Amino acid sequence: MEAELREIRDHLSLHPPFDKLLDDLLDDVVGNIEITYFKAGSMILNRGQSIDALSYIRSGAVETYHYNGELYNRLEEGDIFGQFGLLRQGKVRFPVKAIEDTLLYQIPKTIFDRLCDNDSFADFVELSGSRLKNTIDESLRENDMMTTRVRKLISRLPLMVEITVSIQEAARLMTENVVSSVLLIEPADEEDSDGVFRGDDGGLWRLKGMVTDEDLRSQVVAAGVQTDRPVGQLSDGRLITIQSDESVNEAMLMMLRNHIQRLPVLHRRRPVGVLHLSDIVRYETNSSLYLASNIFSRNSVRDLSRLIPEIRAAFIRLVDDGSNAKMIGDAMSSIGRSLMRRLIELAEDELGPAPIPYCFMVHGSLARHEQSVITDQDNALVLHDSFDPEHHDEYFKMLAKKVSDGLDACGYEYCKGGIMATNEQWRQPLAQWRRYFDEWIADPDPQRLLHSCIFFDLDAVYGEEYLVENLQDMIATKARYNPRFLGAMARNASNRRPPLGFFRTFVMETDGRQHKVINIKGRGLAPITDVIRVHALAVGSKAQNSAERLRDIEQANILPAGQVDKLQYALEFIALVRMRHQAFELRNDQAIDNAIEPENIDTAERHNLKEAFQVVNNAQNFLPYRYPYSA
Amino acid sequence: MFKKRSQQSVIDEWQRYQAQQAIACANPILQRFYQMPLTDPEVPLSEVSFMALDFETTGLDPRYNEIVSFGLVPFTLRSIRPSDGYYQVVKPKCNLSEESIAFHRITHSQVATAPPLEKVLDELLERLSGCIVVVHYQHIERPFLDLACHKLWGEHCLFPLVDTMAIEARWERRGWKNQLKETLGIQPVSIRLDDSRQRYGLPTYSAHHAKVDAMATAELFLAQVARHYSPTTAIGQLWE
Repeated sequence: MEAELREIRDHLSLHPPFDKLLDDLLDDVVGNIEITYFKAGSMILNRGQSIDALSYIRSGAVETYHYNGELYNRLEEGDIFGQFGLLRQGKVRFPVKAIEDTLLYQIPKTIFDRLCDNDSFADFVELSGSRLKNTIDESLRENDMMTTRVRKLISRLPLMVEITVSIQEAARLMTENVVSSVLLIEPADEEDSDGVFRGDDGGLWRLKGMVTDEDLRSQVVAAGVQTDRPVGQLSDGRLITIQSDESVNEAMLMMLRNHIQRLPVLHRRRPVGVLHLSDIVRYETNSSLYLASNIFSRNSVRDLSRLIPEIRAAFIRLVDDGSNAKMIGDAMSSIGRSLMRRLIELAEDELGPAPIPYCFMVHGSLARHEQSVITDQDNALVLHDSFDPEHHDEYFKMLAKKVSDGLDACGYEYCKGGIMATNEQWRQPLAQWRRYFDEWIADPDPQRLLHSCIFFDLDAVYGEEYLVENLQDMIATKARYNPRFLGAMARNASNRRPPLGFFRTFVMETDGRQHKVINIKGRGLAPITDVIRVHALAVGSKAQNSAERLRDIEQANILPAGQVDKLQYALEFIALVRMRHQAFELRNDQAIDNAIEPENIDTAERHNLKEAFQVVNNAQNFLPYRYPYSA
Repeated sequence: MFKKRSQQSVIDEWQRYQAQQAIACANPILQRFYQMPLTDPEVPLSEVSFMALDFETTGLDPRYNEIVSFGLVPFTLRSIRPSDGYYQVVKPKCNLSEESIAFHRITHSQVATAPPLEKVLDELLERLSGCIVVVHYQHIERPFLDLACHKLWGEHCLFPLVDTMAIEARWERRGWKNQLKETLGIQPVSIRLDDSRQRYGLPTYSAHHAKVDAMATAELFLAQVARHYSPTTAIGQLWE
């Protein structure tokens, strides 16, 4: 296969449903593709027009419309359209318009029909192509390792050197490319002999072996071999490889059977990557870890935003696996922070290095490591005290804007309360931040504190962490000795009561669709978090996470026996009910909210939920005695 | 008005040259090439058969450097057909320098087994015949091909072609706004293949390879026509 067709193939093979195709079939698709281009704003398909090819978006974006002209779907790079028309007597069903300049690969109907003989392809095509639904279904499918193909886990081409280069040169190239193995090749002249492939360069090569970091240690350093010797002598010519369309499961078995940790992956005979045992472990055991590492290989906001379905799928998987709320919150927060770090790195790449040290900090659930699947962004910038607005602010303003816009594109909506670094008030040097906290603590006014209490959950995400630690230390030392401040915070923490009536019935609100609902965040999670925060501030805890705060509170011994356990249990339960609710909504393509319908919860859980609310209620009642407020 | 007349003179000149070559050429291959009538300059773009062409060479000067490989990709305004394309590595007379080997990712062994240019030149002309050739930066493909023919057969081989870089320059570098920018010393935008493609939302390709670049040029041309021209534009208007 020639270079330009490989370009096409490599792109297709990353996107469903093509990622699940056997290599031969994929090659057929690639060999029959025609390329077309549409400028932004032009119609690609008109309703009723005849259609003879499936379209695959190579770059750009399109919108498809309903009969009545309403938007039906927005599709981007890697998505397909035209399948309904092809399945329906070859007439276009949903008109399609390019909303960006768009490059399409057209797959002729004859090939499309053949692809539809393939079950997973047909499933995908019929499933209205909802990417989220698909990703989720896929991640939930049992024995994922049996169906995922090895090539999906490969992220880069293998490093290859001729067997004649010196050991030192090979090691140098490995270091330069940051890889722990290199494949050895030699020129070949006959295409059809064993192990011979046509390289990117069009030349014929024979795969001779592989050299790894371990080989360099055991066969070179330990054996005292001269590093100017050819690298070829380190390989005994035996090499175990795997085909790129084999399952991940098969790859793992091969590694176990042969006591090896690396498998060169071949497409036919051409090496396309090297799979490491850790790739499999990462992929299988912890999809959130896998995601976090995936985030750092994305090079644009757009690429990052394409991870949204995977992030949501990971969330659902965590909930379904029976993880507890703390684990899920931790995992989702790690993803959120990685995403934010990557956005800042990308912004720095574009804007150049910052003129003075700074730290990006987050507030709210992300600071507490308690994030659920969606949340809005609460962030701020703490700048070094050498900050000179005239010379420096332009940079940080741009930085804040890029990060904030990027977060929005990745599903973290702008903060309605304006708590974002794009807001000049929250883009200040450390000294100013200290003044803010000083004022909030020394001159507490419950009304004003209502808006600033979110700042009392704070954590560094990127940059010079000492800037944020400085603030955390200051809060921990000052707050505890200021009873008026604690009293004001306590008063605010009792504002929102759990939805329990006099006879332990739920007090419900009516949502837009006239359903009886409980706002689990506003009336459950937020109040209990507030209560825990007040106690934590009172004992001088520097922890941000509620469970860790509870541990500090326990140690300080300020609550009646058993009370911390109860709070712990109530927190976990309320948080989990909310996450399960959101996972359910995600899976059913509904908008995500915090409105629980108690009718949908089974009796045992309903009972537990009431109990949890009761704990919150009691804890709130206790606050005014412990932290009296005097205006 | 003035511009139109100057393009008309370009067209006239090419038609004269074609007629002259068809009679004058003694070499049978060139004879065949020139006896194929030149595409009517009035034909709308939508009816033209195009052939994207890219050479990889050992350097920029056709007098001292040589062709290493070429890639062809046929297309029309409707679609590009990459799998119908053609790619050929050529054995140059002199040895390849290490730098150009690294640059083109073509290897010694591959060059060693490749045919020399004279063996594949007729194949190349055969494939170009009857098509309008599209290149990015005419000052490589045109002089290298012409000089190769001249060295081999003592006769010239020139024909009208479309240059996506010239089109890009026409839209990005002319006009009073761009003139003003130039006067003010503002760096003009890059019209290299990759940078031009970015302006039209086209993806970046990884390989540096004659056929990938030919495909990339074809895509760029489709994008340029979509943005700046129309399917009814006469092909002669884009001749260089």
